[in-house]
Order: sequence, then C-alpha cells, then structure tokens
Amino acid sequence: MSEIWAGMAEAFLLIWSRDADLIEITLRSLQVSLSALVIASAVALPLGTWLAIRRFRHRRFVIATLNALMGLPPVVVGLIVYLLLSRSGPFGVLGLLFTPAAMIIAQVIIITPLIASITHQAMRELWSDYHDLLISLNTTHGQRIATLILDGRRTLMTAALAGFGRAIGEVGAIMIVGGNIDHVTRVLTTAISLETGKGDFALALGLGFVLIALSLMVNLAIHSLSRTEREGRW
Amino acid sequence: MVSQDLFAQLRGVVVRRRGKAVLGPIDLDLSGGGFTVVLGPNGAGKTTFLRVLHGVERITSGSVTWSEPAKTAQQGQAYVFQSPIMLRRSVRANLAYPLQLLGLPKTEIAARVVHWAARIGLSAAMDFPAPRLSGGEQQKLALARALIRLPDTLFLDEPCANLDGRSTREIEEILREATQAGARIIMTTHDLGQARRLADRVLFLNNGQVEEQGAADNFFTAPKSPGATGFLNGDIIE
Amino acid sequence: MIRTLLIALSLTGAAVQAETLRLAVTTSFNNSGLSDVLLPAIARDIGLDVQLLVVGTGQAIRLGQSGDVDAVLVHSKAAELAFVADGYGSHRREIMYNDFVLIGPSEDPAQVSAAKSVTDALKRIAQVQSTFVSRGDDSGTHRKELALWDAADRDPTDFTQWYREVGAGMGGSLNSASAMNAYILADRASWLNFGNTGNLSLLFAGDPTLFNQYAYLPVNPKRHAHVKAKAARDLENWLVSSRVKQIINGYEIGGEALFVFNARP
Repeated sequence: MSEIWAGMAEAFLLIWSRDADLIEITLRSLQVSLSALVIASAVALPLGTWLAIRRFRHRRFVIATLNALMGLPPVVVGLIVYLLLSRSGPFGVLGLLFTPAAMIIAQVIIITPLIASITHQAMRELWSDYHDLLISLNTTHGQRIATLILDGRRTLMTAALAGFGRAIGEVGAIMIVGGNIDHVTRVLTTAISLETGKGDFALALGLGFVLIALSLMVNLAIHSLSRTEREGRW
Repeated sequence: MVSQDLFAQLRGVVVRRRGKAVLGPIDLDLSGGGFTVVLGPNGAGKTTFLRVLHGVERITSGSVTWSEPAKTAQQGQAYVFQSPIMLRRSVRANLAYPLQLLGLPKTEIAARVVHWAARIGLSAAMDFPAPRLSGGEQQKLALARALIRLPDTLFLDEPCANLDGRSTREIEEILREATQAGARIIMTTHDLGQARRLADRVLFLNNGQVEEQGAADNFFTAPKSPGATGFLNGDIIE
Repeated sequence: MIRTLLIALSLTGAAVQAETLRLAVTTSFNNSGLSDVLLPAIARDIGLDVQLLVVGTGQAIRLGQSGDVDAVLVHSKAAELAFVADGYGSHRREIMYNDFVLIGPSEDPAQVSAAKSVTDALKRIAQVQSTFVSRGDDSGTHRKELALWDAADRDPTDFTQWYREVGAGMGGSLNSASAMNAYILADRASWLNFGNTGNLSLLFAGDPTLFNQYAYLPVNPKRHAHVKAKAARDLENWLVSSRVKQIINGYEIGGEALFVFNARP
C-alpha cells in the first residue's frame, strides 16, 4: 500500500517538475495512439456502417470474423507485424521497424476490429429505425452511410474512445515492433514495463498514474466536446 | 403532371412470405387523380399493397408498371408511414433532408422549409429535436417532409391511426390542399368516416385480393361483394 | 578566412549529428546503468546516436541474424561463436567482463555463503531444495546458469517445483526472486542497480567460473548490405579505446566497480 502512495507522490513530482523525459514519452504515447485512432476510425467507421446496411451472402460470417478479431492478442499482432517489417521480411526494405510508424501500424491492426464491431452494432440499430424512410426516399448507399454516421455520431464517438483506450494502454505489440528505444520509440506503457523490470516500482506506478490521468483527460475532452453540441441541438 | 388517365398497371402481382401468399394475384388498372382510399379488414394486405405500389416490397411474381419509367416514377412519389419515422435531428433538419438529397440550392431549401414548417404550425419549434415531438406533431412533420418534395403521388399508410381528432382534421386539410395542387393520393385507412370524407375512389382489399373497386359513392351506397357489405356493416371479417 | 572556418565547422557539426546506429544489448547490460554513461560519451566523442534495443541474448542474436540491428553486445560465448561461424557476424571483439553472483534469502537455508565453490553452492541448494528462480529465457545469464548446473552434475529437468523458470529479464526475475524469497543467479551489475531487494542479499561470489565476458559483434555487411558497417566499426574502435577503459573501470555503484575492461587493441 505504501508503494501506491509512493507512486502517486512520484507521479505528482514528475508532473510538477515538468520532467522533460516524461513530457517526451507522454507526447509520443499520444502521437502514436491518436494517429492509430484516426487511421483505424477512417477504416472502421464506414466499414461497420456498410456492414450494417448491406445484405450479401457471407455477411454473417464476416461479422462473426470481425467480432472474433477483437479478441486478437495484441502481442501476437506485434510478433506478426515484426516478422513482416523485419529486414529479413517482405516489407523490410521500408525500414519501418523500431520506429513510431511500426507502432502505429500494429495498433491500427489491433483496434480496427474493435471500433468496427461497436460501430456495426450501433448502426444496425439505427438502420432498423431509418430503414423504411431512407429506402422510400431513394437514397444511394453513400447517402445512407453518411446519414447513419452523422445521426449516430455519439455512439461512434464511444466506439472511437473504446479504440483509443485499447491503444493507449497497449504494451505487448509496441514493445516488439518499437523496441522501446530511449528517445525514439519509448512511450508510457513501455517505460512502465522497463521500470517495473528494474524494480523501480515507485517510478513505474508514477508513470502509470500519469497514463490513467491522460486517458481520463482525453475521455473528458471528447465528451465535453459532444456536450457543447448537445446544448445547441438537443 | 398528373393526368386523369391510367398511371399504373398491376399484372399478376403476387407477394409470398414464408411460402404463404399474403397478396395477390392482383390485376389492376389505376387511373385518375384525387383520393384513392384502400379499405379492408386487418391483415387484408393493405400495407403490403401500398408498399408494392411504391416499389419497396419485393414481388414474388407479376409486375407493376407505371406510366413513367420506374426510376422517375419513384422519385415523384412520397410515402408516409403509419408510425412516423423521425430522423434524430431538429424539425428544420428533418424537413430539409429530402431536399438535400436532391441537391437543391440552399436558398430554395430554406424557403420551402420555412413555408412547410409554418403550414404545420411548427415554426416556433424549428430547432426542437423531432423525436421529442408529440405523436400528432410527428405525423404532421412526416407529412410535410413528404410533401416538401412536391411529389406527383403521395402514399399514406393509416396516417391518422394514432392521432386525436384535431390532428386528424389538420392532416386531412393538408391532404385536400395537396390534391388541389395536383398531387394524387393513395391511402389506407381504418376510419370509415375518414374514407367517406376524402375518397374519390375506393379499393376494397380482403384476404390479399382486390374484391371491389370503383367510385366512392357507389361503394358506400351499394357495395357488391359480401366482404365489403360485411365490412361496411361493421362485422368481423375472417 | 573566418567565414570559411565557420562554414567548415558548421558542416562538420552537421555531419557529426547525422549518424544513428542500432545496437541490441542484453537486459543485464542495460540494468547495470553503464549504458546511461556510455551513450552520451559516444555521441560526444564520435557523433554517433546509438539506439539501444534492450532484449534477452536470444532475441539480440535473432535481431542480428535478421539484420534488424547493426551490431550486438551480449555475453554468451557459445552463441557468439556460432553467430560468427554462420556468417551473421563479421567477428567477435571482447570488451569487458563482470561477474555473476548468487543471491538468496538472508537466512540462507542452503548455507550457500559457506560453500567452497559455485558448484558446491548449487549442490547445496539442490540438496535442500530451496526455492530457486531461473531466468528461463535462453539469455546469456540463463545459459551460464545451465552450464553451472551441468558442472555440478545436476540436471534442471529433474528438479521439482522448487526450481522456478520465470522466462523474464534480469530485473523481472529478481522481482520474482524477491517476492518468493528465493535463490537466484544474477550479474553483479543488475543486482547492485536493483531497487526491490526485499529480504535478499548477496551470498556467494568470487569463483572464477562466474566471470561473465561481454563481446561486441558487428552484423556482417556481406549478409545484410544495408547495415551501417562503418558506424559499427567506429563504435567498435571507440569501445576498445583507453578512454573507454577509464570509463568502464571507473564505473561504480555504491563504491563498487562492476566491470573490468579487457579489450585487446
């Protein structure tokens, strides 16, 4: 218990002193996870919506696969991405291994199924509400997807936040493909892992509390953004 | 442009669900403007019939032909559902939506939205969220949203089924104005009084078949089929 | 004249800033804290920005084999010789050594502190069946431990549940040993730098068999044309210089020197 207090004290000290290393790895954590979130959402939101409105032969199978992919162990994804990006691998010539780009790639793979799945659930509900009306109005597929995404944006925000939460707390994959190189690919989670391995629990906990605070702030920021829209419209 | 002539033909139309024929076979010529009211007991297939005409119900066999090519025909049609479907947006946005789909210029959209909001008495509630309106207001909004495109044909599926007398009267007024502006209206209803008030022509559906059709006066004073007679009497039709 | 000088200076400055090198090192090396001293010195002296990948010996070798790093610094002679023999590394250069020590609960149930040699110490532990934590991760330390059991005529595969393979780096394994109040073989540097000692203390050291040789292996450019062979050479020359000899021999934790420089020029 005393170590938890020590951890909180450590966290406070790091933030108060505006520790340069802390700022650096925090910014990098945000850079990696937010980039992954943007890319993953760009793929997953339309995909999940499209799956909700389109009927095709193997639809059930695709949806089941998508849900199953949510359970992909991140460390396995990391290992596979490593093998692909390694110099001895097919994409080695791109030189992406041990860079933040590799970490973003791994995290995109991990969170896209999650965001797509939640999006699909939400859009299916909304589609069943809107179905008759949108068909009656002769909408094209593109118009339907746009309408559903626009009117369902609050739930989609939740989906995106779920993806972000997964990404910012992830450590297995980015450790393998990033290498936790100081000043290059070290982020909050990998730093916590490193300090724990060194036995420096106080620092590890301190970083952990910073990570929790960061995650909370992002969540609150996004929710307050959506609420200001609320006052205007709803 | 709506003419008094033939506007739709149904030939051998059958709709099957789970192996059972819920509608048809139907051979029908539809012509004329004004109000065509589709009557019949519950489960007769009225809603299915309406949806078939609008092209949103899959036909198992047969054909529906309009006097215009299918695509243009559907664009000139609008449909009001029994339970109004509101977009999760404001009143204003709901009204503007069909026009935005058509790509009309913003000024035109704004003008029409203001006009129709006033017509249904919701000018003061432009920014109010539509799903939170009362049942009657929602149905009026749905109607305005349908008419805002100035359709040639308007389908309504029991539009006043869940509404009070006042809302019913207001809606019937708007419908009459629409026919006077040149739209033809095909609607189903349970309310015989409403049918008597509005109908120019009646189609009587029973067990998925069109048992009778003709001018409204003729139907109400001298129904031919036993089903129709029983229905007008208020009997239970099985 | 002055202008030319300034331009020349700025150009060298720019050239000096540019180069990066990826070096795979073991967790034991990183945990000693020596890298925190060496890296800035490298940047200052030869303008090389060394990116350290801190992994187990097995993974370091693997990274060298696939050409994902430019050089490797590990402490597992057999694996190193194979690395060079198979053509993955151009050669092997010894740099320094430290020693392994036996850590255990202060009560010392197996009486390891009274042992005559490390083989004697291990036999005592096996006899009493005191809890023993093994790295279990195919690292240099792990292989050393297995070699020592072999010298003591014991086969770890016969051991029962008192022998715990944790499959972790040095720090993680020490954490586990601390939590289980167990014996563990560790490199002195990691032990001295470890923050969570609990009830553990250093019980046995000094047997020459426990010496732990670190070697530098550049990845063979004939195998992987893209590696930074020149930078790897520059780093190697720096690592065996007398300047570095001073840094390494002078590196202490709590007044104790950790490494002994033994590179031959």
